[in-house]
Amino acid sequence: MLNMTKCLAGAAALCAFAVLPAAAQGLDEPFQASFKQALAGKTVAYIPVAMNFDLTEGWFAGVKKELEPYGMKVIVRDANWSTNAGAQALTTLISEKPAAIIVHNPDVQTYAKLMQRAENEGIYIIQINMGSVYRSSAFVGANWIEIGERDAEAVVKSCQGKSNKIAIVQGALSAAASAYTLKGVENVLAKHPEVKVVSSQAADWDASKAKAIVQTVLKQHPDLCGIVGFWDGMDIGTAAAVKEAGLTGKVFVATSGGGERKGACELVKSGAFDLNVSYDVPTQAADMAAMIKWLLSSGAKPGSVKGSAYTTLIPITKENADSNTSCWNLADLKK
Amino acid sequence: MGRLRLTQQTIVFGIFAVMFAAFALLLPGFATTQNIFTLLQNVAVLGILGLGMALVVIGRGIDISLIAALAVPPGLVLQMVQDGHGLPFSILTALLLSLVFGAINGWLIAYAEVPSLFTTLASGLLLAGLGQAVLFKLDVVQWSPGMDGFEFLGQGNILGVPMPIIVFAIACGLVAFLLRRTRIGAYIYAIGDNPFGARVTGIPSRPIIVLQYVLAALIGCFAGLVLVSSVNSGPTRIFNSTLIYDVILVVVLGGIGLSGGRGGVLSVIIGTLLIGTLLNGMTIMDVSYSAQNLIKGVVLLVAVIADTFLNPRNEETAQQGDI
Repeated sequence: MLNMTKCLAGAAALCAFAVLPAAAQGLDEPFQASFKQALAGKTVAYIPVAMNFDLTEGWFAGVKKELEPYGMKVIVRDANWSTNAGAQALTTLISEKPAAIIVHNPDVQTYAKLMQRAENEGIYIIQINMGSVYRSSAFVGANWIEIGERDAEAVVKSCQGKSNKIAIVQGALSAAASAYTLKGVENVLAKHPEVKVVSSQAADWDASKAKAIVQTVLKQHPDLCGIVGFWDGMDIGTAAAVKEAGLTGKVFVATSGGGERKGACELVKSGAFDLNVSYDVPTQAADMAAMIKWLLSSGAKPGSVKGSAYTTLIPITKENADSNTSCWNLADLKK
Repeated sequence: MGRLRLTQQTIVFGIFAVMFAAFALLLPGFATTQNIFTLLQNVAVLGILGLGMALVVIGRGIDISLIAALAVPPGLVLQMVQDGHGLPFSILTALLLSLVFGAINGWLIAYAEVPSLFTTLASGLLLAGLGQAVLFKLDVVQWSPGMDGFEFLGQGNILGVPMPIIVFAIACGLVAFLLRRTRIGAYIYAIGDNPFGARVTGIPSRPIIVLQYVLAALIGCFAGLVLVSSVNSGPTRIFNSTLIYDVILVVVLGGIGLSGGRGGVLSVIIGTLLIGTLLNGMTIMDVSYSAQNLIKGVVLLVAVIADTFLNPRNEETAQQGDI
């Protein structure tokens, strides 16, 4: 028995000798090569409702920045506000077989069947910010209900001890994002029966329409204490109406958006908005890229796993509007 | 016909007066000076665009590209200032762009004899596409500190009267002067009434048509400058909206027949007032967006039907069509 142990110890010593020089040579990480191989040369297609605005430009730049260093190609098919053009682009892409498609839905129905077909054909579908009824491999985006709740809560709070009269400036009636946000607002208002909605109108995401509506409402109700707007790009008009009425600081303006510096932080700093709930676009882009990396390297069959990554919202107020991390800059993201 | 002849203009003015009186009686807070200013301010840009459209429609044309002329050159001003150019230089460039754009429209219609509807439909797309693809970085061009002071045009007031109303009034005066007091104005009416007759009598109809479209583009640019200074940003995506229908609505409502040669600045003012009152009243009553569109559509239909009954087509328009 003792001999045996000695013998083993001797063998171990020999082994140690044999291993030592090898350790100095480094160790191959067993998974990175297959990861790189899974990504290299693959194509990711991107169908936004339209390019040329902060959100869609930011997502594109962010995803490119993350994936191109791995030898991936990111291409864009601009639907340019046409649901038809978007559906056509999606159909064509299915036959071109990219590895993944990022879809920005104009509504909850139109692309649903097409996305299902794409996943059946072996293409991962990542939906961004506006989901459809079809649940695909991944959804990355804002929780609109939560945005509506946060904006409404802030407005209701600022109204305490004041007139309790608020106005709602909705987006386009056909847009799911607008309807979901409204639901969030309603959730909060249900708990606060003392708050009265004096106007709830759709301004079609249009700043001049928002301005016209808010101007009229403010003339009727100069004691209005808060406004919930549904998108900062449109609520520039809301803020302009409040400013013209000389009520900046007296009427609480809450809105939401992608957190682009000029569109969000600068306007909060200037007092135009009191709260801008941001679904930070670079984070969303990074989330999408992470999903694509994970899906491609997992080798999972498209459609076999399904999950969501709701964006952690950043409420931008006067306190953090100056911070470098609250907002982002399109020009910097494109670098 | 006696003195009591009911023109389209009188009918629409009647509708406006009744509606205004009803709102004033029934809606508390409607008939206040402040609300009337708001009402006018909200439709001032629409009214200015209506003047541009009127110039063209009176000369028996139509300018669908007016919204592109509203969106792109003023957007260019914002973009150039953002990129570090001076404000006067930027405005000059925008005016030049509008001038060239209007001249191309006019040349195609007057000399190449392409129908105005098709020409302006295509050229509007071209200008909007140029803006999107080449000129702007974002659809909504942001305000930059270099523009400060310029917002007076859209947000300031003189003696309590908001600037957009003053600007609209001045534009009305200028266009009325052009149409009623100058030879060019008389020529425009003559061309609209009977284009071939006008040419035969020696009116330089082709240069006049070019001038109409140049003026329309410049008025569009001007309306756009009021718009951007009023909302502190350049919403160039407005090209995709239905604003052009509102402009045609204002013009047709007021009694400027699409067959040309009829109506004037007063028609635009009446049409604008009616739309303004309608929108303001419906906003105060918190009517839903879809219902607002429905009501607007019904009013337009009634006006167009009334126009057809009151101003029947003459032999010539019956042969060549309205536009």
